[in-house]
Formats: sequence, structure tokens, C-alpha cells
Amino acid sequence: MATQHSRSAARLMMAPAVILLLGWMLVPLTMTLFFSFKRYLPLRGDSLERGLDWVGFENYARFLSSSSFWPSVQATLVIVGGVLVVTVVLGVLLALLLDQPFWGQGIVRILVIAPFFVMPTVSALVWKNMFMDPVNGILAHLWRFFGAEPVSWLSDASLQSIILIVSWQWLPFATLILLTAVQSLDSEQLEAAEMDGAPAFARFGFIILPHLARAITIVILIQTIFLLSIFAEIFVTTGGSFGTRTLTYLIFQRVVDSQNIGLGSAGGVYAIILANIIAIFLMRIVGKNLDR
Amino acid sequence: MGRIVLDQVKKRFGDVTVIPELDLEIEDGEFVVFVGPSGCGKSTLLRLIAGLEDVTDGKIVIDGTDATEVPPARRGLAMVFQSYALYPHMSVRKNIAFPLRMARLAPAEQKRRVEQAAEVLNLTDYLDRRPGQLSGGQRQRVAIGRAIVREPSAFLFDEPLSNLDAALRVGMRLEISELHKRLKTTMIYVTHDQVEAMTMADKIVVLQAGVIEQVGSPLELYRRPRNTFVAGFIGSPKMNLICGPEAAKHDATTIGIRPEHIDISETDGAWKGTIGVSEHLGSDTFFHVQCDGLAEPLTVRAPGERALSYGADVHLTPRREHMHRFDAQGLRID
Repeated sequence: MATQHSRSAARLMMAPAVILLLGWMLVPLTMTLFFSFKRYLPLRGDSLERGLDWVGFENYARFLSSSSFWPSVQATLVIVGGVLVVTVVLGVLLALLLDQPFWGQGIVRILVIAPFFVMPTVSALVWKNMFMDPVNGILAHLWRFFGAEPVSWLSDASLQSIILIVSWQWLPFATLILLTAVQSLDSEQLEAAEMDGAPAFARFGFIILPHLARAITIVILIQTIFLLSIFAEIFVTTGGSFGTRTLTYLIFQRVVDSQNIGLGSAGGVYAIILANIIAIFLMRIVGKNLDR
Repeated sequence: MGRIVLDQVKKRFGDVTVIPELDLEIEDGEFVVFVGPSGCGKSTLLRLIAGLEDVTDGKIVIDGTDATEVPPARRGLAMVFQSYALYPHMSVRKNIAFPLRMARLAPAEQKRRVEQAAEVLNLTDYLDRRPGQLSGGQRQRVAIGRAIVREPSAFLFDEPLSNLDAALRVGMRLEISELHKRLKTTMIYVTHDQVEAMTMADKIVVLQAGVIEQVGSPLELYRRPRNTFVAGFIGSPKMNLICGPEAAKHDATTIGIRPEHIDISETDGAWKGTIGVSEHLGSDTFFHVQCDGLAEPLTVRAPGERALSYGADVHLTPRREHMHRFDAQGLRID
């Protein structure tokens, strides 16, 4: 893009995509902001045609003072953090394993990606009914086989169960990105470290892990964006009970269950703020890692 | 100490035999160069010595002990890789200290040895930089530094200069030779460049398809190549190899004569020919001469500057005492 001419041509060609993206983002954002300052209860007869009452920051104050707000933020962070830890740790190990030459490598690699293709709703239902059901689930049978009392996973260990289900879905993504990173490592570096007297664990810690740092930050960044808004997995399993009500789920309940669109919109704005705080933190870390 | 003996070493990758069966003795303190065309198994041989590949059959003896099954780290050898294999996320200081750190040396001793190595290699000003901020030659020196701090019994170099530009290569060649003179440690050096082999080696091992064609000092190989392969490989430009009736006159299948052992004259000589391309280097002039009755053009060296134009008729006279004769199997006839 050297000349003035090619620069303006490039701008012109990118314009449709940029305008579309901006529209997609800006319209809902403006509507959310607009509703969050209004009293909007459809069941009480409020509607756009009749005009909505301006209530200032009342929705914001109510959402924040609700006893479910802070627990929902906590649940969100626990789930996001838990899934990140599980997927990154297992992802690194799986990537190292899949990098080894073995029989049937191609098929195994495809199988590893498979969970990513299963819809969140479906995978959560499969986990709920086939694995975690305290009467008929495979885990319950396994527990009984060893003479133990089956665990009612989704009520007794609800957060852990959700983390397990979501991790299962996101592990392929982490594994794939980390596998490509592992494959890009210069094998001479590992051989040099071997000759320098580094045993396998030291080679992992000093050579492989630093090499993966960049890929790991990318995995964390991308997954965080998607994990902050997980919904289907909670909706079809616990329905937000047993301490699994995330911020996203709380907003859903305010809007759909309580039919309070203004209050839900205010919650949406809080969610945007929370996401941005986390994004700024992550960008700092990622920026540091990517600059090298 | 660094005496390495290869005893009937064989290497196969699946069905492909890379090294059929090979015996070699490397004396303590020698600078040995493995040279051969690409794919001749020289790098594999080096990796077998290093322990990065397992031998299929045979023994590798280092300083009198069988090291065939010893893991690479405990063979007491240090290797410099073609890509340098520096650790990109560590500073130069940490790179050089890495083997010491793995050996759990006291931090003070680590620091002393790293600084000593840096001084030897002129790296003192760069100790806190990352490999990515260094030039090719400096990276090469860091790789050598990482090798010398371990005080190994032998150094292994795997085509270490092939990623450098020509001028830097000459400089590094000299530095490695000087390092060898100072440390007096065994060095095994792999290259495909016969100039590197000739200039640096105490002993050259010429390899082709995993087989040793000849072992000897650079001048031995230059004066008395054992067969046509070595004759054609050692020396620059290449030796002229002549087959056919001209060779039969000397009771041989092939005769070889180096460009520097042919006299060129405008008036009279043994062979008559016309000049093709001429290469003027200033110190020497190389002529490619198509002679009557010979299939291939001959390369001839004339010292200094000689002005002979394209297509000019010339006469060539080989010096009999420098002529090499080879039989039908390509072996030398004395």
C-alpha cells in the first residue's frame, strides 16, 4: 500500500465491512444505553409507542444493590478462571502428546477437535443426562460400581460441573492453537538443551513453555471473550440455581423472567464495563508477550 | 581429553541405510573435518557421535569408555548447531550460562565462567541482549560460548558457518581455528565446503553416501587423492578429469590434472584449444579452454593478470609430475 491511490482504494474496499460491523455493534449498544435510563416494564403496559419514562440512574442503582449482583460477578469470574486454567493446562499437555508420532495420528487429531463442533446446548444436555444424572448417569453407575454414593453433580458441585462441561467444549480450541505452537518449535533448540544437560522437565520449563507463552496468551484472550457470555450451558443444566447465576444469566432473568427491560439493560452496561476491565488487563499482558 | 573411536558404526532409518559400516579414530586435540556433498551422511555421523541419534549397530568409544548407550548430556561433548539453536527468550548471559545452570554450578562460578567465555569471544558488551538483537556472527559466537563454558572433551560443529555471508564466514573460520589452537580440544566439524575443510582441518574425512572415501591431512588429500571422487572434491577450482584416448596414452582410464598444474602458452604446447569463459580475479585468471580431442573443457589457472580474449587459440601443457592417474574403478595408480 505504497501510493496515495492504492491507500484510498483499500479504504473504499474495506468500507462496507467496517460499516456493517459498526452498525451491528453500535445499534444494539445505543439501544441498551437508551433502555437502561428508562422505566420499561412491558407487562405493566410500557411500550415505545406510548413513550417511556426517564428514570435517570435508578436502574443502575437497583441492579447494583440487588443481593444477587456480587455473587453473579463472582460466579462469572470463577467459571471463566476455572475454564481457562483447565483448558490451558490440559491443552498444553494434549498438544505435547499429539505432537508425538503415533499410529492413527490423523484420526485422533480429528477426534480431538470434535467437541468444538457440538452445539453448547446439546453438549450440556448430553453431560447433564448421560454423565451427571445421579440415577442413570454413567458417573453414577461408576460410583455405585465402586460402592460409593452417587454424587448429584449439578446441585452439589454445580460450579465445578459447569466448569467441566465448558472446559470440555473449549479444550479442542486450546489444544489446536497450542499444537501449532508446539510444532513451530525448532527441534534443534530442544536438542541443544538436551546436550546442555537439561532433563525432560527442564526442557519443558525452560524451552517449551516460554515458546508457548505467546500462544497461551492468545488462547486466554480469545476464550475470555467467549466465556464471559456463556449462557446455554447454564440455561439447560442448573437454570442459574445452586450458585451458577452468572452476570449474563442474571441479566437474562431480569429481562425475560421479571420482564424488566430497563433493569436488564443497566445490567448489560455493567457487563460491558466488566468485560472492558478484564480486556484491558489481558491486553496489557498480551501486549507484553507479543512485543517480543 | 577427547579421543573418539567409531567401531563398525552402522545407521539405518527404516529401510534406508545411511551409513553402511564405518570405522574412524579421532585423536585427542585434533581438528577433524567431515566433508562431502549434501546427503552424504556427514551430519548423521556427527549426530551419532553426539548421541542425538541411536546407532543401529556398532560402538562409539569416547576416552576409552563405551558411550554407545550414554545419553547425550553425559558424553561430555558440546555441539554448535547450524541454526545456532539459541534460546530466544533468554539473554545472551542466560544462554551461555544454561548448561552450567543445568549442571547446578554455584552462581559465582557460573558468572565467572560466562564472563570469561564472553571475553574470549568478544561478547562482553552484548551479555544482556536477546539473541534476536544480535547479528549472525554474534549469534554464532554465543552458540560457541554456550559450548565452551561446559569445558567439553570435544566440540561438534554442524555446518556452523553456512548461514553467514561470505566475508563473515572467512572471519569466523579464522576465529574457530584460533580457538582450537588456544583450547587444544578435539573439534569435529561438518561442512560441505571443501575450502573450510582445507583451511581449518588437521585431518579431513571425505564422505560419500555414508562411506569414508579418504582420511588424511589437507595436503595429503590434495597431493595424493585416493580416487576420482576425492580428486574432484578437494581443490578449488576442481581438478580436470580426462577420460578416453588421452588418458589411455598414460596407461590409465582417467587422468586428473589440477588447473594450477597446467601451463598456458600462445605459441606451443601438448594440447591445442580455444578459450571460452575467462574469470579475472586479479591475483589469478581462470580460463575455460575447449581442447581438440577432449570432451570436457579444461579449467586452467594463470597467475596474475593475463589478457587472452574469448575464442583465442592457445596451447596447454600439463606438468607430468603433478598428473594423477586412476584405473577403471576410479582408484589411484601409483
